[in-house]
Amino acid sequence: MSLIHEIDYGTPASRSERQVTLTIDGRAVTVPEGTSIMRASMEAGIQIPKLCATDMVDAFGSCRLCLVEVEGRNGTPSSCTTPVSPNMVVHTQTGRLKDIRRGVMELYISDHPLDCLTCAANGDCELQDMAGAVGLRDVRYGYQGENHVRARNDDAINPKWMPKDESNPYFTYDPSKCIVCSRCVRACEEVQGTFALTIEGRGFESRVSPGAHEHFLDSECVSCGACVQACPTATLTEKSVIAIGQPEHSAVTTCAYCGVGCSFKAEMRGEELVRMVPWKDGQANRGHSCVKGRFAYGYASHRDRILNPMIRENISDPWREVTWEEAFSHIATEFRRIQYQYGRDAIGGITSSRCTNEETFLVQKLVRAGFGNNNVDTCARVCHSPTGYGLGQAFGTSAGTQNFDSIEQSDVVIVIGANPTDGHPVFGSRLKKRLRQGAKLIVIDPRRIDLVRTPHVEAAYHLPLKPGTNVAVMTALAHVIVTEGLAAEAFIRERCDWSEFEDWAAFVSDKAHSPEVTESFTGVPADLLRGAARLFASGGNGAIYYGLGVTEHSQGSTTVMAIANLAMATGNIGRPGVGVNPLRGQNNVQGSCDMGSFPHELPGYRHISDDATRDTFEKLWGVTLNNEPGLRIPNMLDAAVEGTFKGIYIQGEDILQSDPDTRHVSAGLEAMECVVVHDLFLNETANYAHVFLPGSTFLEKDGTFTNAERRINRVRRVMTPKNGLADWEVTQKLAQAMGLNWNYAHPSEIMDEIAATTPSFGMVSYDYLDKMGSVQWPCNEAHPKGSPIMHVDGFVRGKGKFIRTEYVATDERTGPRFPLLLTTGRILSQYNVGAQTRRTENVIWHAEDRLEIHPHDAEQRGIKDGDWIKLASRSGDTTLRAQITDRVSPGVVYTTFHHPDTQANVITTDFSDWATNCPEYKVTAVQVSPSNGPTQWQEDYNDLSNRSRRIAGKIQAAE
Amino acid sequence: MSHDQGREKLIRMANQIATFFMSQPETDRAKGVATHINKFWEPRMRRHLFECLDEGADGLMPLVVEASTLIHRPSSQAKPGTSNGIAKPL
Repeated sequence: MSLIHEIDYGTPASRSERQVTLTIDGRAVTVPEGTSIMRASMEAGIQIPKLCATDMVDAFGSCRLCLVEVEGRNGTPSSCTTPVSPNMVVHTQTGRLKDIRRGVMELYISDHPLDCLTCAANGDCELQDMAGAVGLRDVRYGYQGENHVRARNDDAINPKWMPKDESNPYFTYDPSKCIVCSRCVRACEEVQGTFALTIEGRGFESRVSPGAHEHFLDSECVSCGACVQACPTATLTEKSVIAIGQPEHSAVTTCAYCGVGCSFKAEMRGEELVRMVPWKDGQANRGHSCVKGRFAYGYASHRDRILNPMIRENISDPWREVTWEEAFSHIATEFRRIQYQYGRDAIGGITSSRCTNEETFLVQKLVRAGFGNNNVDTCARVCHSPTGYGLGQAFGTSAGTQNFDSIEQSDVVIVIGANPTDGHPVFGSRLKKRLRQGAKLIVIDPRRIDLVRTPHVEAAYHLPLKPGTNVAVMTALAHVIVTEGLAAEAFIRERCDWSEFEDWAAFVSDKAHSPEVTESFTGVPADLLRGAARLFASGGNGAIYYGLGVTEHSQGSTTVMAIANLAMATGNIGRPGVGVNPLRGQNNVQGSCDMGSFPHELPGYRHISDDATRDTFEKLWGVTLNNEPGLRIPNMLDAAVEGTFKGIYIQGEDILQSDPDTRHVSAGLEAMECVVVHDLFLNETANYAHVFLPGSTFLEKDGTFTNAERRINRVRRVMTPKNGLADWEVTQKLAQAMGLNWNYAHPSEIMDEIAATTPSFGMVSYDYLDKMGSVQWPCNEAHPKGSPIMHVDGFVRGKGKFIRTEYVATDERTGPRFPLLLTTGRILSQYNVGAQTRRTENVIWHAEDRLEIHPHDAEQRGIKDGDWIKLASRSGDTTLRAQITDRVSPGVVYTTFHHPDTQANVITTDFSDWATNCPEYKVTAVQVSPSNGPTQWQEDYNDLSNRSRRIAGKIQAAE
Repeated sequence: MSHDQGREKLIRMANQIATFFMSQPETDRAKGVATHINKFWEPRMRRHLFECLDEGADGLMPLVVEASTLIHRPSSQAKPGTSNGIAKPL
């Protein structure tokens, strides 16, 4: 194993299909038209010296090191900014070029510290490499003149010197080492799209400046790490590299945060992780990252991690550490006892969207083959289950239709119920890049999310709808498109069921669905809505991206169908640049759905009542499978309260914090006799657990994650599990204890079983993934290279199905007691329930959840910015601090749910999507009033949490 | 959650499904409700639904009642203590 070195071609690749042949240093080179001489040379294996060029950003031509001579042309053009032309003859090394380069390097080095031996970039410094490459032997100017290097010049203070900025928790900015190549500024602008950095001053005064001469932490910087990656010197350096030193080997793996599924190189020294660097060949992220994936991995070695299995008889007892064997045999005995006493269906399991496909597959296999029922579900229940149902109905598959590269060809983008710059930041950056190139944006969201107006991006339309009225707005868009004759008739006739379309067209054409009528309850002005509809229908390639603001409603599934209708009606399916794109919340939520985590279906979305599918698994597993659907998570909790569901195995999910109506969840858990929690930390659910099985992180195991674009990416083990066992081994040993004859020696064998039983995974194997890098399912004999775009020649179900989408107001309504609507979301630096990110330095950006409230509503209630407020709904109440902002409309309040002490889900209700029981997180009627401090519930809960974290024989660390 | 609350929730869920299918073409309505419940409701939930129906369908939308002839009535409750195909306690 060695360090993976990626070739830097200096400038981005050209997409031209026309080829140009030229001669560089006597070698004939053929490259696409538009390629720079620098890149063409590198492709021929000739490395032209360079400093300001790197292939993650466009050519800039400032360092004057990459000069070349071209026969028949005057002067010495820079190779990064000069495109190739046919029959050009280039020389990269001549006497004249050598002199110029050495002279340039002399100037650079005359204003640079010579502390190479103790510098953090030692061994990874392009300036050092270039000094070597040009043969710099002497600096004739000396080091005594004006400089940025030393704090003092002789006895005087050096005003040009600036101290190191260490404000960012993950990297430092040392201005004394800066060569002002602008790579960081351009990375922030072109790759990340935040424009947080600039060059201040001119000439020798030029400096990199975050914001207006601010510290990094105080600036607009979002800590994505692109600047650090771009920096050729030690000016911007990861603090981990400063602390540890340069890595010596690396492995490509997949981020375990959001559903974008970025590929990273985990750079190691021994078993210590030095840093995570985005992998340029990663097809989801194309070399970019966000603060979570790049830096927030400290939770993996946090002191809160539990490393030994634990048992307790009652949830009021302290935990007792036990051996793995004792834990497994205890669970097996308890689960069998419960089944004997209360019936076979009295236990179940929850698979994790954070674990690998292989681990998820094993948990559902344990439930179906070992427990003998289908009581298995996954946290997709509370996020994207309506996507599965809605897209399954309309198109025939439960997944997004595109790859992320597709955005590069979109002309009009609808973002509805999603906040990509916070929730899916790397996709957000790719979207912003396309928008800066001129694509148009329509945002449909109750809040003014950043994308509505952000540097160099402005939405053409923002439809600020009232929470809960998605279906009405989507149907009104369809009304405009159909009644104004903008529907793509040729596409519909060819690809969809024409009579269903006619039925649907008649339905949406009804005056009741016109924007003028719906305006009264959606709050979206009719003229804005008409403009948005016209733009989407006639603006070229139209793509729809959506998130949990669509699904987490009582009409979540209906909205997904309305989105599918809109895409079909405008002919925006089946080619690059278009499509229906659910932005998945967790790293492997797509995979956990694919792997048969839902109680009604086996891997590959095949219903449990289908005899042929059951037969496949029955033969392989040697059991008879139950043909009835099992309980979904909310149904499990209902059954627990009712007394017919008594035991559960929960892998990597914190239902107490993440699921709605906390009191109901805790009542359900409390009614159970054996709750087994398998996680990294004693999470909130573990407060009600009888057995705790320690989990392993994504760095500690092999496997695969499937991202939002159906891409199956490898996860590679780079260190030994701190708890001793990878999660798949834990499930296997539990299965063995329950009498199942499982003998997987490696996760690749589990993937082989998945491929053998699930047609859409037919060709997937670890060898094949190693060869291909990654593939998007379906990947089988019909699609050997995978399927970047789906429904290319026709829909999976045959003809696309238009479905009527009648708006039904949610039962959750405002009234005199609860006059405001609460909606929820997440922010960039924190992830989901925060179990991971709260245990990293990311808390510096978001130490607590705040309630966003409009100044008008705040004033009426006498609330000032930063005040403690009580937030109450018919389910419960909690307290948190207010943040006054006009990002939310009057009548709407908003909060995140990253911190357990906020307990936002004490407020949310048990209303859910009609089709899938996905909870209605996004609409809760609430009242907000001033408060002095925590509610009784919060105090009681804190008390319970503290008691539940006692471990016998261990002194609790002071909080 | 008491028995009544549980029943109330079940009725609400059934009615939500019926409400969606009410807006669909007439021929698909009852079939749609029944197919949905057969596909996604665990036998315990269907058993409770039939209890409501057998006791007069109080609170249930007429479409749910109409669909009930197409909903699979679960076999009688699996009895505890009869291992029902599973291994004996360890």
